[in-house]
Amino acid sequence: MKYSIYAFLTLLGFLGLSVMNVNEYVFFAGFVILQFVVLATAWNILGGYAGYVNFGVPAFIAVGAYTAVVLFKSISAPLVVQIIGGGILAGLLGLMVGLLTLKLRGIFFSIATVAVVFILETVVMNWRYVGGATGLQLTRPPDLWFFDTYTRMLFFVMAVLAIGSVSIARYIQDSFLGRGLRAVRDSEEAAECSGVPTLKIKLIACTISGALMGVAGAPMPMYLSYIEPTATFNLNYSISALGMPIIGGTSHWIGPVIGALLLATIQQIVTVTVSNELNVLVVGVLLVLFVVLAPDGILGLIKKWKQSSK
Amino acid sequence: MISIDLLFEAVLFGILLGCFYAAVSLGLSVAFGLLDVPYVAHPALLILGSYFTFLLSKTGLDPIICGLLLMPVFYLIGIALYRFYYETFERRSSDTGVRGLAFFFGIAFIIEVCLILVFGVDQRTVSATYIGSSLEIGEYRFPYRMLVAFGIAIFLTTLLTLYFSKTFNGRAIKAVGQDEGALRLMGANPVKIKQLAFGIATAVNALAGAMLIIVGPVEPAMDRIYIGRTFCVVVLAGLGSMSGTLVAGLILGISESIVMMTFGASWAPAVSFGLLLLMLGIRPQGLFGR
Repeated sequence: MKYSIYAFLTLLGFLGLSVMNVNEYVFFAGFVILQFVVLATAWNILGGYAGYVNFGVPAFIAVGAYTAVVLFKSISAPLVVQIIGGGILAGLLGLMVGLLTLKLRGIFFSIATVAVVFILETVVMNWRYVGGATGLQLTRPPDLWFFDTYTRMLFFVMAVLAIGSVSIARYIQDSFLGRGLRAVRDSEEAAECSGVPTLKIKLIACTISGALMGVAGAPMPMYLSYIEPTATFNLNYSISALGMPIIGGTSHWIGPVIGALLLATIQQIVTVTVSNELNVLVVGVLLVLFVVLAPDGILGLIKKWKQSSK
Repeated sequence: MISIDLLFEAVLFGILLGCFYAAVSLGLSVAFGLLDVPYVAHPALLILGSYFTFLLSKTGLDPIICGLLLMPVFYLIGIALYRFYYETFERRSSDTGVRGLAFFFGIAFIIEVCLILVFGVDQRTVSATYIGSSLEIGEYRFPYRMLVAFGIAIFLTTLLTLYFSKTFNGRAIKAVGQDEGALRLMGANPVKIKQLAFGIATAVNALAGAMLIIVGPVEPAMDRIYIGRTFCVVVLAGLGSMSGTLVAGLILGISESIVMMTFGASWAPAVSFGLLLLMLGIRPQGLFGR
């Protein structure tokens, strides 16, 4: 109850911000930060709760983005339809990747997800309709709802998606599904023996996680008015989407949110002030430091600090 | 339909390419195949080896000599890396899965970005007398650089196979992959043996890195495509089999070469990842799995 009020107020806050007279850059950067909130939250549903490390985040983003492009180019579908379409197809990809968990665990699963990225990238590179390797320029439709600029509208859409994903992750955490996934993480055999339908819940988790990543990727072509495979299928998304929840703390839904807000903001600042390469380095270094020194992330640090101050 | 001649040429080139792929995967075959360490940073260290070779070769040394000189350095890097991994993850044995993977994935990205920051994103090459010319036998042309790589690949595979079957430490490394407890009962220290194996795996990577930059230009982000190639070879081979690695390398090399000839170079990256995914889906224990 309390959560839904907070979520609603946050949403109203974002809505207020997007009609206020602030610098346009806020929305440009804010879109990316909120996108990482969705990605980190989505990654955590499978990676944090169930312990299956997905390196293939860009594959899901790209399926979302390219579905949006195809829908836009063929029937000039509105943004909402693009996002729903992207989510459905990325969810299907998630389901297929989920079938891999039948046989593969640990690093084998992770490497298989990397393979999915490169196979899809090669297919898209050779697919003329969506621009192939050179990419495709897109013209944004004039449809703005009641926002001043298209970027503001996309910012608000991403805010809705972020709050939606966080709510889903929060719901999963305390549901049958979340408990089952944690049991899978701790010991898959024990979970199976205790009557947890492990395959079923893994498939559901993969599908939801994939669909949310696709949803995060679907507004990308409109955001950039351009799409191109090398940037869309970039593994940098993987390190961020996996680094943010691990740095924030994977045990609770708020962990990925903290990690994403903190790191994506730092990344935006670093990108503007220093360079694009350095923002990957920031995540990489922090990720390594955290897994070594603070395995439970920021949440773990807060817990420790609270206990010691008692 | 392609002609038999072209196919033959593709297979010949594929064999050279395949031995090269086997050689760059040997280190991973030891570290991941035998020791079960989720060593995703292997391709990044391979590229690091290439860049160090590039730096050293500026002094006028032959790239192969550079690679050999780098081996002790990489041996130490490997030992340090394993020691660190052991102390922070294996010994605490707490949830090594997610964190160990994240750790090596992070290391891979750190190496890649550092290379970009130091050398830029441009492609780098080395020069040597055998780069650029080809050996012509009848109507077939074999680039000398591929032949050199072929030689190194055969040399490394033979060396490692002999080492693992003839020496005490080599056998111990094989044993530690099978049963750590048994090794301890035999009076050998499994951690020390694993450390040694990891050092060897990384040292081999230095020479493989030199080979990589001999075969073609190298850029920092190249490690990503080599995740597919090296893991494909190791998984296809069945974990930890040295001669299997050579056969798996050949399978990958020949398939890639044929696909390149029939569908064009833009489809090449999908071959290794496709084979990898197929293998993982059907028979994760590999062709020659234990």
